[in-house]
Amino acid sequence: MQSSKTSLQLSVNGQQYTLDVDPETPLLYVLRNQLQKNGPKYGCGYGQCGACMVLLDNQAVMSCLLPVSAVTDKEIVTIDGLAAIDGSLHPIQQAFIDEQAAQCGYCTNGMIMASVALLTRSKDAGEEEIRQALQTNLCRCGTQSRVLRAVKQAQESMQ
Amino acid sequence: MKNIARREFLLKSGYLSIGFSLLGCTQGSNAATPTPLGEAADFSLDPQMAPLPDGSRIDAWLQVLENGQVRVLTGKMELGQGLKVVMQQVAGEELNIPPQRIDVLIADTGRTQNEGVTAGSRSVERSAMTVRRAAAAAREYMKQLAAKKWETDADALELTPEGVKNNSGTILSFTDLLAGQQLDTEIPQDVSLKPKDQYQWVGSPVPHPDLEKIVRGDAVYIQDMRLPEMVHARLVRPPVYDARLQSRDQAIERMPGVLQIVENGSFLAVIAEEEYQAVKAADALQKSAQWESGTALPEVRSWADYMLEQGEKANHPAPASGNAHHAIYSKPYVMHGSIGPSCAIAVYDEERLHIWSHSQGVYNLRATVSDMTGIPEESIRVTGVRGSGCYGHNGADDVGGDAALIAVAFPGRPVRLQWQRSDEHQWEPYGSAMRMELSASLDNSGRINSWRYDLWSDGHSTRPRGNAGNLIGARLLAEPAVFGGSGRVGGGTRNSEPYYRIPKVDVSDHHVAGPLRTSALRSLGAYANIFAIESFMDELAKKAGKDPLDFRIEHSDDERSVAVLEALRDLIKSEPAAAGEGLGIAFSRYKNSASYCAVAAKVRVDLEQKKIRPLKMWAVLEAGEAINTDGLKNQTEGGMIQSASWTLKEEVKFDTQEILSKNWTEYPIIRYDAIPETEVVIIDRPDLPPLGAGESAQGPAGAAIANAVYAACGKRVRELPIERYLFGS
Repeated sequence: MQSSKTSLQLSVNGQQYTLDVDPETPLLYVLRNQLQKNGPKYGCGYGQCGACMVLLDNQAVMSCLLPVSAVTDKEIVTIDGLAAIDGSLHPIQQAFIDEQAAQCGYCTNGMIMASVALLTRSKDAGEEEIRQALQTNLCRCGTQSRVLRAVKQAQESMQ
Repeated sequence: MKNIARREFLLKSGYLSIGFSLLGCTQGSNAATPTPLGEAADFSLDPQMAPLPDGSRIDAWLQVLENGQVRVLTGKMELGQGLKVVMQQVAGEELNIPPQRIDVLIADTGRTQNEGVTAGSRSVERSAMTVRRAAAAAREYMKQLAAKKWETDADALELTPEGVKNNSGTILSFTDLLAGQQLDTEIPQDVSLKPKDQYQWVGSPVPHPDLEKIVRGDAVYIQDMRLPEMVHARLVRPPVYDARLQSRDQAIERMPGVLQIVENGSFLAVIAEEEYQAVKAADALQKSAQWESGTALPEVRSWADYMLEQGEKANHPAPASGNAHHAIYSKPYVMHGSIGPSCAIAVYDEERLHIWSHSQGVYNLRATVSDMTGIPEESIRVTGVRGSGCYGHNGADDVGGDAALIAVAFPGRPVRLQWQRSDEHQWEPYGSAMRMELSASLDNSGRINSWRYDLWSDGHSTRPRGNAGNLIGARLLAEPAVFGGSGRVGGGTRNSEPYYRIPKVDVSDHHVAGPLRTSALRSLGAYANIFAIESFMDELAKKAGKDPLDFRIEHSDDERSVAVLEALRDLIKSEPAAAGEGLGIAFSRYKNSASYCAVAAKVRVDLEQKKIRPLKMWAVLEAGEAINTDGLKNQTEGGMIQSASWTLKEEVKFDTQEILSKNWTEYPIIRYDAIPETEVVIIDRPDLPPLGAGESAQGPAGAAIANAVYAACGKRVRELPIERYLFGS
């Protein structure tokens, strides 16, 4: 069997990459392996848990099922692209630290990306809207009540 | 444009010349700060870095690095429970060094002491207390060294983060003081600890050192490790535990990137250059593989009935009538359900084997892999690296064994094996199903005067401790290792004795060899035992016509139990409950010897919509001396939410041919629409020894929810999960 690699352009955190990949490859594997991004995590591969979330044109999407060839015209942002150039954290990242809104932290990537997308489109989101935005993100340590507090704290600091 | 190929090239060249450091490929982090993975990726095939000092010596637990930084070495694992920050706090406190400046190295057979398994909420009680004593001894030793040098009295000196300081303000750095030596003296039996009233950091909510790295997307987890020349592997497991491989498509070897198919009996894995190539090849292999069907799984309608029919018989008469009360409770198999499927990396050079693993017991894994492969223990190193939260014995050890088998079949290059979601869901060892049967009678004043408790359970721990048969991979080999069984009930009896004053108590346990693979799940049998006992306490209180909280206090001998219950009463006393809402409480002392935890739950039950929404959960926790108050709160909040999920929603489903709960749709857990608000109060008792607290909320949280559901809708649900039994499946 022949390799089916093609050359693709990808824009991640404002940088352009030219990659030689199998176009079917889910974006997650390209980000983690070709671009050595640690943020998006493999959790289920079925789009059920949210650990692999990235921003695609400011929308939080799961990268585990999305073929890389489908996102060549999109602006992709990963969690390491959220901080400012000087290294200062995005208010959501800072709020997760302030509230210590994690235990094992494996789901934190998805929780933060979903929260960033929410507050970008709806900065005054209420309780139920926040919950709805995070509904696809699973956490097994049970830190969700802290995450809800962190999102509300970030909302205040972003006012 | 970034040139990825060049970065890879540099990494590989670095590997050839100077050995390997993962620091070079983390981005955005301060390269001067060692990252957990930077340490873990010390890519040495030497099983032991240097001879390990005896555990009675300071340098077994605490070392001064060349740059003057202090490092703690613990044989325990960071699981997300906050081990590292606690180690930083206790060591930093004794040394007068801010906790953030202490480096912590976790379990590694090449570098740390054998502290067994990170389990049972014992890491603070034991490892942290040893580190505290080692740090105090280090402080005194370095003061004495400086005193000798300055020809002064050690009592006139103090430790600062920069070194030992005398009263004229001169500082001698730790490195100058030690002059290339380590802290290689014994920890004195009578080492004097810092007086607790002088504490700056212990007892405070110090933040966890890894969280900033996590939110920045730095390399933190074993899943993030990338070794030079690393290849990727995926497994193809049988449809059910003991199905045997008959045939498979031989053409898979020719798929793009595939390097080797590892086939040994029914152990089947594919190795490829790239991860997604391994995924695709494993999918193709899965579709083509033919299996001889294994032992059929039973059809089970009720775990309460099944455990009674299949288990050892209770040999006492039927419950007494009269003023007696009798009830039967049950729980199904429940999974750990780590969000990140288990992962390991292994490399073998035809003599030595190095495994990176998120196992809770690196030494035990080493012994077990040795038993499986025949490689002597002295030639194997197992290095602990953070993984996804495990909550007990999940797939961590199995994947380490699998990676070892693959690496041995493919020597020379590091093999990264990531389990797929279905591997974790179908093959992890579950928390056992249980049946709990209670009867009790009340005296004329409404106090319990007799109590009988019978529990049925499979064993609760099959952790590998040197027998290859405890690893799934070893059981699938052409010459399969023999599994020694799950033991008789094991930790199923945890918290089966009521922690109440009752004149006559009779507790018996009955073993059931259940159909599914089991092992330690957070709190073992305590969750189901406390669910049953504390549900039953509410039923008895009602029968006695008493308030449930008063009823518990009335049966409590221990003032510390009373204190958490009274504090809980204060928290919820003005909490209103509307129609369809209910409040429930429960209490336990974990293991009847660790921390005290009282929980309240407020739920809304909508019988028409078939919905239960936990609105709020409260806990009061007393764990003796609180090292990290926020860490205790985090563990307790998380424990309540996890327990709410177990209690309301979870059960492993299977038919006669296979486990059906292969993913999160077929094994639903709690999501944000049902997350309660949480509030936790810590009662700090710095005068008392610290007590394990990471598992304390599991039992009382489950019972508090069941009691709240009863209060909300008048229905007593005794079989779990509540949503299935309240609404029908």
